Amino acid sequence: MPSDVIDQLNPPDPVVSDKNVTPPRLGFLGGLRWMWRQLTSMRTALILLFLLALAAIPGSVFPQRGTSPLRVAEYLQDHTTIGPWLDRLNLFDVYAAPWFAAIYLLLMVSLAGCIVPRCFQYARNVRSVPPAAPRNLARMPEHRSWTVDGSASVALDRAERVIRSQRFRVRPRDEGAHAVSAERGYLHEIGNLLFHVSLLVLLVGVAWGAWFGYRGNVVVVEGEGFANTLTQYDDFSPGRGFSPSLLAPFSFTLDDFEATFLQEGPRRGQPDSFTAEMTYRTSADAEPTTTTVEVNHPLGVDGAKVFLIGSGYAPMFTVRDGDGDVVYSGAVPALPQDASFTSTTVVKVPDVQPEQLGFNVTVAPTAPERVSPATGPKSLFPEADNPRVYLGAWAGDLGLDTGIPQNVYQLDTSDMKQLGRQDLAVGETWQLPGDRGSITFDGLAEFANLQVASDPGRWVALWAVGAGLIGITLSLLVHRRRVWVRVSRNEEGRTLVEVAGLSQTEWSGLANEVDAVAAQIQSDQEDDKEHM
Amino acid sequence: MTSESWAHLSNGLVYSTIIVLAVALFAFALDLAVGSGRRRLQSRQQRRSSSHGAVAHGAESHGSVAVANPPVNTGELPADERWARVGVSLSVLAAVLISLAVLTRGISAERPPWGNMYEFTVTGVAALLVIWVAMIGRRKEWRDLGIIVVLFSLLLLGVAVLVLYTESAELVPALKSYWLWIHVTAAIISSAVFTVGSLASVLYLISERTERRVAAGERGGMWDAVGVRLPSSTALDRVAYQTIAFAFPLWFFAVVAGAIWAEDAWGRYWGWDPKETWSFVTLVIYAAYLHARSTAGWRGRPAAIIAIIGLAAFLFSYFGVNIFFVGFHSYGGV
Ligand code: HEM
Repeated sequence: MPSDVIDQLNPPDPVVSDKNVTPPRLGFLGGLRWMWRQLTSMRTALILLFLLALAAIPGSVFPQRGTSPLRVAEYLQDHTTIGPWLDRLNLFDVYAAPWFAAIYLLLMVSLAGCIVPRCFQYARNVRSVPPAAPRNLARMPEHRSWTVDGSASVALDRAERVIRSQRFRVRPRDEGAHAVSAERGYLHEIGNLLFHVSLLVLLVGVAWGAWFGYRGNVVVVEGEGFANTLTQYDDFSPGRGFSPSLLAPFSFTLDDFEATFLQEGPRRGQPDSFTAEMTYRTSADAEPTTTTVEVNHPLGVDGAKVFLIGSGYAPMFTVRDGDGDVVYSGAVPALPQDASFTSTTVVKVPDVQPEQLGFNVTVAPTAPERVSPATGPKSLFPEADNPRVYLGAWAGDLGLDTGIPQNVYQLDTSDMKQLGRQDLAVGETWQLPGDRGSITFDGLAEFANLQVASDPGRWVALWAVGAGLIGITLSLLVHRRRVWVRVSRNEEGRTLVEVAGLSQTEWSGLANEVDAVAAQIQSDQEDDKEHM
Repeated sequence: MTSESWAHLSNGLVYSTIIVLAVALFAFALDLAVGSGRRRLQSRQQRRSSSHGAVAHGAESHGSVAVANPPVNTGELPADERWARVGVSLSVLAAVLISLAVLTRGISAERPPWGNMYEFTVTGVAALLVIWVAMIGRRKEWRDLGIIVVLFSLLLLGVAVLVLYTESAELVPALKSYWLWIHVTAAIISSAVFTVGSLASVLYLISERTERRVAAGERGGMWDAVGVRLPSSTALDRVAYQTIAFAFPLWFFAVVAGAIWAEDAWGRYWGWDPKETWSFVTLVIYAAYLHARSTAGWRGRPAAIIAIIGLAAFLFSYFGVNIFFVGFHSYGGV
C-alpha cells in the first residue's frame, strides 16, 4: 500500500514522528507540554507495556509475602547475602512495590492522556462526513473498473443507491462531482475507546477492592460456629482503608463436614469432594438459613464470601484428674502433615493438680497395623477408616503465664517432664502414671479451613472487564473502511465505472466487499436495462 | 469398552497422529524444495529480472470483475503443488486422528479431557491442527505455514507423550467447575491461534531478511535458500496480524474466565500466582504487538519479534510455570 494512501486514513500522529524526540526550547511550560506529549505517545505506551510485562516476571520467580510468607522467610534464611538486597528491591512484594506501581500508574496516565482526547475527538467526529475521493482510485489496494453505455450521472446515482443500501455513510455529493465517497465500520473506533476506558475502570475496581476489602482465615470444627468479628479469626489481612465496621454482622455454624477421597485407581487417596453443611444468619436476629458450601461453591453473605479452602481432623479428648473429675473436654484441630492426613496437634490442660498436663498428639485417620520406628506413625489413607491417636504425655509448667503468645500447635516442654507414650483407638482410655488421672480418645471430628473474603471492588472490575471484552472484540472484528465509486468518460466515449476500497486496518474481507459493491452495481445496471 | 481400553485407544490415536504428522512434515519439506517453494523462487527471480518495480501486493487476484491493475506476479509458472497437496491431506488426516484421540480420552475419563498437562497439550495440538486446516479451507495461502505448524505440533506431541503422560483419572475438587471448562477451552483455542500467528512471524523474519538481501543484491546463505521459497513477507505479516487479532480477545476472555473461576475456588479473582502472572505477561506482550503494528517505526520486523516473544511467554506460562514454580495451578502430573 503506498504510504500516502495509509496516511489518508491514519493522519500521522504528530507525537510519534521522530522529529519531536529532542525537546524544542519552549521554556518551562513548553517543556511540560513536551513531556506530556511524549508520555501520551504510542511509542511510550508500547515501551510501558513492555516494562509492565517485564516487571511482573520477578514476582513469579521469587516467593511473595502476600501469598507465601513462610517461603519468603525460608528464602531469606537460606540466602543471607543476596536475600536482604532482593528484599530492599521489593522483590518479595513485587506487586506492591513502588517501582511496579510507578509503571502501571504511568501507563494509566498515558492511557488517560491518550484516550480522553480521542473520546472528545470521536464525539466531535461522529457526524462527520467521509472526505472526497482521492484523485487516482487505481492506486487503492482494491480497485475494480468496467465500462457501461449510458449516462455517467445515471451510473453514479445507481452506485450511490447501492452503497447506501449497504449501510455506508455517504458523503453528500458536491455540485458536479463525479464520485461517491462512503465509509463504514465506525464501531471499530468505539470498541477501541471502550476497551481502553474499561482498562482504567478496571484499575479503579481493583484498587477499590484492595483498599476497602479484607480476607481472613478461620478453622471451624464440625458442630462449632463462627461470628464475623475480628477476634474470631485465626489470621486476618485487611486493606488499608479497612475499619471493623466494614465486617458484615453474619454468623454461621458448621453443622456437618465431609471430605471424601478416591478409593481406587491411580490417584487413590486424592481428594474427591469436600462438603460443608452450614446454618447461617445475616445478623444476630435474622432467620437462620441452611446451605451447602463446597470447593468452587462459596457462600455469599452481605458482600462477603465464605470459601472452603482446606480441611483436616480434630481429635476429641476428655481428660480427668486423679479424682475422676473432668478437667478438659473438646476437639482440637490437628495440622495435616501429608497427603494421607497424618496430623499433629497438642492438648494443653492447665487447670489440673498437682501439675499442668500437656500432650503431643499424632493422628492417623487410617492407622497402620504396625508403626515403623523409622518414620513414626503414618496414616495409610486420608479417610477416617481406622482412627488412632499416638500420645506423648508431659507434666510440669506449660508456660502459659509468661505473657509471650504461644503457638497453639506446639508444646513448650522446657519446664516439663515426660510421663510416657501411648496410642489409643476411639473410646480407649489411658491411665496416666502416678495417679495423675486419665485421657480418653472420644473420636475424630472433621474441621473445615474457611476463608472469609470481601472485595467490594470486584463488581466494578467484572463490569469493566465485560465492557473491555466487548470493546476489544468490536475493535478487532469491525474494520473501518472507505469505498469510492467514480464515473468518467473514456476515450471511446463510453462510461468508465471505477470502484475502490481502502481499509484502515489489515482486513482480508475488503476484497470481497469491493467485489460485492461492484457486483451489486452491475446487477442493478442490468435490471435498469431490462426496464428500459 | 472399559475406561482403560478407551484410554488405550486414545494413546494409539496419538501415536498414529505422530506418524502421520512426520510424513506430512516430509511432504511439506519436499514442497519447499521442489514444489511450490521452487516455483516461488523462480517467480521471484523473474520478477527481479523484469523491470516490474511494483510492490508485492495483490499476490492473489480477486476478480469477479475485470481487474484494472493486474496482480503483480503474473509470470508465475504452473505450480507443482503435488507435495503441498499431500502435506495438506495428511494434515487433515492428522487433525481427524488427534480429534478422535481427544474424544476417546474424554470418554475414558468421563469428563472433558483437559484436566492435566498431558490432556491440555494433546487438546491444544488438536485445536491447532483443526483451526489451521479450517483456515486453509478458507484461503489456500495459509497452506504455506504447513512446515512450521506441523513441526511445532510434532514437538508438542513428543513432549506430551514422553514427558507429560498421565493416566486418565478423576480431577481434584478445585478443578470441578464449569468455569474451568470455559476457561480452558478458550485458552486452548486462543493459544492455538496465537501459535499460528507467531509461527507466521518466524517465517516472516526469514522471508523479510531474504527480501532485504536480495534487494541489496547480496547472495544468500542457507537461510536465504529457505527464505526465497517462502511466501512474501507482506503475506506472512498479514497472516500473523489476522490470527493474533483474532486470538487476542479470546485470550483476554480466557484470562477473565480463569479469574472468575479463581474467585470461586480460592476466594480472589487475581492473586499473582505464577500461572496468572505469566498469562498476564503473555496478554501484555500481544497487546504490545497490536500496538507496534500501528506505531511508526515498529511495524514489520520489530512487531514480528514481539509476536515471537509473545509465543515464548505463552510457552513458558504453559510448560515453564508448572515445571519451575510452586503455585496453585498444580494439576495432576507435572
Ligand atoms: C493498559 C495498557 C494497554 C493495553 C492492554 C492496550 C491494548 C490495546 C490493544 C489490544 C489494541 C488493539 C486494538 C486494535 O487494533 O484496534 C490497542 C490499540 C490502540 N491503543 Fe492501546 N492498550 C493500552 C494502552 C494504550 C495507551 C497508553 C495508549 C496511548 C498512548 C494506547 C493507544 C492505542 C491506540 C491509538 C490504538 C489503536 C491502534 C489502531 O488503530 O490500530 N493504548 N490497544
